[in-house]
Order: sequence, then C-alpha cells, then structure tokens
Amino acid sequence: MYKNLFAFTFLTILMNVSLAHSRDYISIAGSSTVLPFATIIAETFGKDPTVKTPVVESGGSSVGKKGVCEGIGTKYIDIGNASSRMKTKELAFCNKNKVKLTEIKVGYDGIVVANSKKGTLLEISKADLGKALTAKIPVNGKWVDNPYKKWSDINPSLPNLPIRVYGPPTTSGTRASYAEMVNQKGYCAKDKVAKAASKARGDKKGKKCRAMRTDGAFIEAGEQDNLIVQKLQEDPKAYGIFGFSYLDQNSDTLQGAVISKTAPTFENIAGNNYSVSRALYFYVKHAHIGVVPNIDKYMEKWVQNWDGDGILADAGMIPMPKAERAKYAKAMKDLPVLTADMLKK
Amino acid sequence: MNKSLMNAKDAELIVKSSVLKRRRKDKRLKFYGRSTIFIALSFLVFLFYSIFEKGIPGFFQYYVTLDVNLDQKRLDPKGDLSHESLYNGDGRGLVLEALYKVIKPKGRKEKKSAKKIISSNADVRIAKMILNDPSILGKTIPITFAVDDDIDSFLRGYIKRDTPESDRRINDKVINFVDILVKENKVIYKFSDYILTGSASRSPEIAGIKGALIGSILTLVVCFFLSFPLGVATAVYLEGFAPKNKITEIIEININNLAAVPSVVFGILGLAIFIGVFGMPRSIPLIGGMVLAIMTLPTIIISSRAAISAVPPSIKDAAYGVGASKLQTLMHHVIPLAIPGMLTGTIIGMARALGETAPLLMIGMVAFIVDIPNSIQEPATVLPVQIFMWADFAERMFINKTSSATIILLVFLILMNAIAVFLRNKLERRW
Repeated sequence: MYKNLFAFTFLTILMNVSLAHSRDYISIAGSSTVLPFATIIAETFGKDPTVKTPVVESGGSSVGKKGVCEGIGTKYIDIGNASSRMKTKELAFCNKNKVKLTEIKVGYDGIVVANSKKGTLLEISKADLGKALTAKIPVNGKWVDNPYKKWSDINPSLPNLPIRVYGPPTTSGTRASYAEMVNQKGYCAKDKVAKAASKARGDKKGKKCRAMRTDGAFIEAGEQDNLIVQKLQEDPKAYGIFGFSYLDQNSDTLQGAVISKTAPTFENIAGNNYSVSRALYFYVKHAHIGVVPNIDKYMEKWVQNWDGDGILADAGMIPMPKAERAKYAKAMKDLPVLTADMLKK
Repeated sequence: MNKSLMNAKDAELIVKSSVLKRRRKDKRLKFYGRSTIFIALSFLVFLFYSIFEKGIPGFFQYYVTLDVNLDQKRLDPKGDLSHESLYNGDGRGLVLEALYKVIKPKGRKEKKSAKKIISSNADVRIAKMILNDPSILGKTIPITFAVDDDIDSFLRGYIKRDTPESDRRINDKVINFVDILVKENKVIYKFSDYILTGSASRSPEIAGIKGALIGSILTLVVCFFLSFPLGVATAVYLEGFAPKNKITEIIEININNLAAVPSVVFGILGLAIFIGVFGMPRSIPLIGGMVLAIMTLPTIIISSRAAISAVPPSIKDAAYGVGASKLQTLMHHVIPLAIPGMLTGTIIGMARALGETAPLLMIGMVAFIVDIPNSIQEPATVLPVQIFMWADFAERMFINKTSSATIILLVFLILMNAIAVFLRNKLERRW
C-alpha cells in the first residue's frame, strides 16, 4: 500500500516539474577552450540583479554544435560554443531538426608549443614541426613510421634533444586544430617531398597526415592543460601543446616556441602573424531568442568585453580586428540564418 | 605390505627442518603483508601531504584595507536601497578613489595599472554591507577588500620580483604600488571569507564552494529520500516475501550486477529517461538526485539484505511462535534489529554518491553555475565538479583553491563515514 503511495507521489513530482517548467536562465554548452571566456561573460552578465546567470556546460566543441542542433524547446541548450567551425554535415543535422542558427565569431586562440624557461627555446619552421610529430612520413617515396628520435635529426639547427611533446587527447578541439594546421597544412601540403608523396597516395590535401605519432614522441596528457604546464615546469627537456592563455598565465616559467620565425605573443596572434591559431565561435538558436529571456543581452555583453582592453583579452583570448568585431556585432542584431553556402567561404 | 618404519631420529630431523622452513615461510608472508601496508600507508601520507600543503594556503588570502567614503548619491542613485539601484551605483569608483589616496598614482596610465590591484568584486562587497546596515551610508569607514589574484600570487612569492618585467603578469608600476600598500600596513593575510561563502567565479580571489556545497546537499537529500525507502522495501520483500523461483533469482542476479555497472551509464539513463522522455530541465539537483539514487540502490539493497538475514532466526521463530503475522514479525522485530546495518550501507552509498561526477556529466550538472540554488529545481553543480573545474582553469590561484576544496570534500566524506561507524556502534546488538 505505501509503495503505491510512494510511486504515486514520485510520479506527481515528475509531472509537476515537467509541466511547470519554463526556463528563465540561458543554457550554454560546448568547447572547453571557449568555456573560460564564456564563463567570464556569464559571470559579468549575472552581476545584474535583474537577470539570472547563464549556466555554462563544458563537453567539447562537438557537444556544443550537436547539442544546439538537437531540437527546439527549453530542454535543449540555447547556445553552443565551439573552437572549430561548424561543418556542412553538422549543419545538415540542424536542418533535419528544423533548428535555425546564427554563427557568431568571438575571437581567436593561439595554439603554442612551449617548454620550461630552463630548457632550450625551440625555433622551428612549421614544416619541421609537422615532420617531428606526424605519425607517418615519406622516405624515398614510401610512407613509413616516423623515424626521428631527436629534434636535431630533422634539422641540425634544432636542439640535440629527444622529441618528447605532451599534448591533448583526440577528443580535444585543440588537438584537431593543431593536427590540421601543422601536420596537414604546414607539412604535408607544403613540404615538397611530402606533397608529392601525398599526391601519390591519392591524398591531395594531406588529410591523412593528421594522425599524431603514437610511439612515445607525442604523449597524450589528458584534457587538463594545467597538467601539461606542471609537467613542463618539472621537465625542462619536454615540450607541450596547449592554448595561448595557459602560456600567458605562466609566462614567467614557460616560453613559447618560435614557429616560422614568429613568437607566440598576444600582438603576433592578434595581428594574424602567428600561424597556429584558430577562431572561437558560438552558435545561437533563433527559436529560443525571446522565449528564454535575455539571450540578446548576453550577446551584447560579449560585444562590450571582446576588445583588446577587455576582461576577455586579460584572460588570454585574442580579439578580432575591428572590422570583424563590427561585422559580428551586427550579426547579433540581424541574426542571419547560417546556411551551407556560408560555411564554404 | 611390510613397510618398515622410519627410525625416530631421522623422522625428528625431517620434521624439524620442515618446521623451520614453514616458520620461515610464515615470516616471509608476514613481511610481505607489512610491506604492502607500509606502501599503501606511504601513498596515503603522500596524498594527504600534497593536498594539505597546497590546500591550507588556499584557505587564506591577501586583503587590503581602504578608507572608503560611502557617498550616498553615487552608491545608490535611485535612493531606494534596492539591489538594482546599488548595482547601478559607482561603488568601484569610490574604492579606486580610496586606493588612489594611498598610492597617489600620476597620470592616466598609472591609474590604469593601479586598477588591477583590487578585486573586481569590491563593489559587490560594498553593496552587501549597505544592505546589511544602511546607516553606514555617507560615512568614511575602513573596509577590507580582496586583492586581485595576480597581486595575491605576487605577495605569496609565486610571481617573482626578479623575473624580467615582460615575462611577469604584473608590471613594475603595480609592484611599486603594492610595495607602498605593504609599507603603509594596509595589506593583511587572513582567513579567506570567500572560500566557504562565495559561489563559483572566474576570479579566483572571490571564488568559493558555497553554491557547489548546497548543490551537493540538495542532490544528496533527493538521492536519500528516493533510494532509502525503495532500497529497504526491495530488500524486505526479497528477504521476507519473495517466492524462491526463477524470476526472483534473475532479479537478485541483476541487482548484484548493477552494483558493478560504471556510474556514467546511469547518467546516460538519466539523460534518456528523465530529460528525454519526461522533458525535465537539465542541470537540476532533482535529476541529479534521481540518477544517483538509481546508482546507490544496489548498494543499499545488498547491505540491507545482509542486515536482515543477519537477524538470528530464533527471534523470527519466537515471534511466529506467539502467533505474530509475517508483517508483524518483520515490522516489530526484524527491521528494528536490521536498521543499523541498513543505515550503514545507505551512508556508505551516499558517501560514494557525494564523490561522483561521471553520471552528472550527462545531465548537465558539470557546469559553471554562479547563482546559489534555492531549491531542487534550480540549476546547481556539486563539490567534485567544482574541484574538477577549478583544476582546469589557467589562473594560478586556482591551484591552491582546488586543494582547499578537496580538503572540504574529504572532511564531508570522513564525517559521513564517521556517522556510519557511530550509528553502527551505538545501535548494533550482538548475540
């Protein structure tokens, strides 16, 4: 008897929650690279006593892009954060669920290869860096497992140290961007030998080069960039791959490798001189604007803070040039629907 | 069949040597046992040392005391002391003016660097003080503010003075200002009033665990009120009423297997059923509690069953003997005697639930949530999630805070286990 009563009350609670529910706070999820910046905006935004602070979930870029496309209704998130641009396939999933989005670029993030100040500063070309960490490289026209053990094996001007680089795991957007920008575009699509060998195996764009070494030269250190930072501080012979903000916070103990003669400084990344950088985005769902309150005001907070003097730059985000800032501030008002054609540009 | 007996002396020798051998084996086993305990203990000591070494400083932080002129017009432009009016007020400006009076910056550039010294939360602090006691408006009183996290790291010695200026997060001007403040005895190092009462924040100097702690408590309360009655009822039925047949057997096997299912699976279940089917909102303690309840159910059922079956049959027989029904026997005799064991199992299950993050990931409770939850239907996060998020932020002051939060979580876990031990000793009866 009391079991029935219990089941009854349980169901009543469930029904009450789902019926009475209309969300009055913004729900955001996605990239762990955008998370630190999105949380800063959310917190600043929430200081206003008339609004509720948005809830920002992590999960990775794919969670952000997929989650925002899952459907319309308050049980789905309103905004998806991503550190890589939406692909046409991902947009197709959106269209299938009748979700209309607007793409907002918020800034840039540099990816750095850094080591302890006690170690040797790495001054390396992008192609050599790709050569060091790509899983398979062409030798006499054949693709073989990467044979390089020391940096100096690649190029005598590089330090005489074993190649040992800590980096993020496959689930990370940082890793994907790095592999695309350095291994693929910097090495396989640039280096003459690798380019020819890539063509020969029917891989014109060099996409197969995105795989990182698994023989111990590249070490997956987990999603936590702080962990890599600590390892580098203890081991001056090792190098690490992570986002610029971590180098910025630890600039007294770490130094960023000079890649293709450009050091990873705030100015260089902002000026588009440093080549290993990617854009940060968020995707906002049209159907939720106005239904969930204050989404427009939340976007405005980004505009107020995304310039070079703002709190976001202070936390390590690289601001967009002025023209681009104006473009996306306008997009927040006009809300152009994201189409497959826009993504091809 | 004529086997000659061994002579006595030879036999004695053989036995003696084998005894020696056996004793040596005994000793070796003892040694192995002791050394494994030693290794385990030294790991524990190392763990505690590293947590406490980093965590204790996390409970303290640097503050600066300034004489702030609480100008009513600028703090409360509408004059109605509402949250909104105080939010629109210029508390930050007043604090900076008080700061400039002490360090006397020259020109715009110096003023701009001086702004970095005080935590961005200073105006909120003033607003809170005014709400508590409006009579301070219009007076000039000394107020202590937290210093910015970079300044805190500098005062702790993490940021060194002799590093070249370009490699430091703070420039020479700011260091100069901090030196003035220290010389004027304005800087104090004291127990942080943010770590326990602050909520999540991206500014490490004002970040605290209050929101996460309340979230944890709400989640556990939901978890307890669902899993304890359900678990005990299931255990009572299975022990007392269930017929011994194939179906019962299958149920029993499944319950035992459920106890070994990885916890993230329960999160997926919660996502599919509570959010997917029932359409409940994400990130709320109600769902978190329900998911954790499903996760702790097997633990509670198994330990409750063990407690019930440990009640001596003589007691049941005696009850039946005087004509008690099955229900009476259970309610009057078996369950009261089994309660300590059931509670112990429940508390241990709860303690495990307190430390879980994986099942909460799927239902959106691994999130950055600033507002402190007031009910089980408002978004919340839990303590271990807070630790996880702090561990990942780049700002250096979070390293200490992470360990401090770990200490707090450990204290709660130890407390819960102590309650379990206390209850067992207090209520348990021996026969």
